[in-house]
Amino acid sequence: MSRLRRLLDRAQPLFTKGGPYERFNALFEVIDTFFYTPADVTGNAPHVRDGINVKRVMAWVVIAALPCVLMALWNTGYQANTIMAGLGMESASGWRGVVIDGLGIGYDPQSVWASAWHGLLYFLPIYLVTLLVGGLWEVIFAAVRNHEINEDFLVTSMLFTLTLPPSIPLWQVALGISFGVVIAKEVFGGTGKNFLNPALAGRAFIFFAFPAQMSGDNVWTVVDGYSGATPLALAAVGGLEAVVNAGITWSQSFFGQLQGSLGETSTLACLLGAAFLLYSQVASWRIMAGVLAGMIATSLLFNLIGSQTNSMFSLPWHWHLVLGGFAFGMVFMATDPVTAAMTDAGRWIYGLLIGALTIAIRVANPAYPEGIMLAILFANIFAPLIDYFVGRANIKRRMRRNA
Amino acid sequence: MAGPTTKVLFDPLVNNNPITLQILGICSALAVTTTLKGSLLMCLALTAVLVFANGTISMIRHHIPGNIRIIVQMTIIASLVIVTDQFLKAFAAETSKQLSVFVGLIITNCIVLGRAEAFATKNPIGLSMLDGLGNAMGYSLILIIVGTLRELLGSGSLLGYPVLPLSTAGGWFHPIGIMLLPPSAFFIIGLLIWGLRTWKTEQVEKPQYQIHQVHRTEVI
Repeated sequence: MSRLRRLLDRAQPLFTKGGPYERFNALFEVIDTFFYTPADVTGNAPHVRDGINVKRVMAWVVIAALPCVLMALWNTGYQANTIMAGLGMESASGWRGVVIDGLGIGYDPQSVWASAWHGLLYFLPIYLVTLLVGGLWEVIFAAVRNHEINEDFLVTSMLFTLTLPPSIPLWQVALGISFGVVIAKEVFGGTGKNFLNPALAGRAFIFFAFPAQMSGDNVWTVVDGYSGATPLALAAVGGLEAVVNAGITWSQSFFGQLQGSLGETSTLACLLGAAFLLYSQVASWRIMAGVLAGMIATSLLFNLIGSQTNSMFSLPWHWHLVLGGFAFGMVFMATDPVTAAMTDAGRWIYGLLIGALTIAIRVANPAYPEGIMLAILFANIFAPLIDYFVGRANIKRRMRRNA
Repeated sequence: MAGPTTKVLFDPLVNNNPITLQILGICSALAVTTTLKGSLLMCLALTAVLVFANGTISMIRHHIPGNIRIIVQMTIIASLVIVTDQFLKAFAAETSKQLSVFVGLIITNCIVLGRAEAFATKNPIGLSMLDGLGNAMGYSLILIIVGTLRELLGSGSLLGYPVLPLSTAGGWFHPIGIMLLPPSAFFIIGLLIWGLRTWKTEQVEKPQYQIHQVHRTEVI
């Protein structure tokens, strides 16, 4: 390791002010601080002694997302292999078929190994394109704007990848992450100044830009010649019976053996991530609890009202929890520390707003089967306002107490 | 150097563009630019209204009592807009229907009243009409750019003629649906302003405040 330190120390003068690669100081800083603790120390008050920093927070979110990644690898391949077995296909088409055949892995849906390989071949290209294109924008902006490259891009890229369907064309991935990084984050000054979650903003861009493929009505399948409706679209048409009739059980969608976006199918994996985030105190439990409570309250309210024409009204809350991207959004997207509300009371309101809106969009809006993404973006916009009013209320309360 | 006439006529194109610098007339720029044809017709309508409103108001500028001048100006502008609207309904019925209320809403377009108030009440007829034409050209320039981009990327065609082969018809181009929604015009105009202010740095507004210095490189 000391050899690496020496190499970095030798390279440093090249990147400092006046050096030939001054513009790329941000790149050097990323590599340096990735391997070693930053040398900068806080110069003036307040001197808080704490091991936590942006780097560690973001690294822990990535760790928390690992269960979802593993599920994404296995489930994507498992779904593909199951359908291929059902259709009697011998080999996957395109380069993936060549790789799998070349390695002799096969397409047995019962084999975790074969499924994970097949899934990896879908996950990896999307993730690499996200990293490459988004990272390129990060470096360009860091060089031009002269700020550091923040580690939150690792989180953005990971979460963005996990929200995408495996069948998405790679150029759409590049377009989406470009929009997310540039328009949702960098134009506002970079990490910490964005008011929208960059990963979700990129996802929303693809959602509105390519409505035919991304609406969430039809299930995203990686096998040609197979199509079907997503559970949420089924529920919108025929209620819970339609979902059950399609052979989808609650435990199946809880464990995540469904077709869907890469990382969001498994509620269990999301809850494992949530447990880690809460244990490490990286994410706010108030936001997660708020989202959950808002979702339960709103769906119970809709159950109570009932409807003759809209069968979505009767979908119970424990189904809302496991279908679609609700759990993923609640655990990873709503809790983004930058774009969520900052005050404790504000976090409750922010969470409740997301939960309630998600169900309102799912149930009452026939145009969108899934609502968690739009609900979180909407709440992101209102987070500063919520904080403002919480702050005002606090000031008023203290004035009354002390005056 | 450029005389006052050229300055009045060409300054609003880039240096003092009503949309990108003054951020006026955004509403119609968002609403009518889904197709290039609509944008062009809107540009023509606004040009006609702006030129003649400026001319008329300048003509009677010495006779308008100062305290009711806005009402007089609005009356003139409203009459011109109604004439334009009727003219479009008579000769371009289809596109006029597509523009719907937005021709009528030229009355509320800030550029028209702004130029009447800021320029036509203080300058002779010829110069006022040139000012109207210049500002209309500045508005049209942005509308045409936005309209071209939105129609090209949103439906793969220009003026209704297919340019990019659509994937639904066996081509390679996937129409970008968001381009047909108003937010895309916001993004395009925002990017245009960004590009323009990178080129012409004197258009950049001074920061009004600095929250606090987050990073050592962030000093105003």
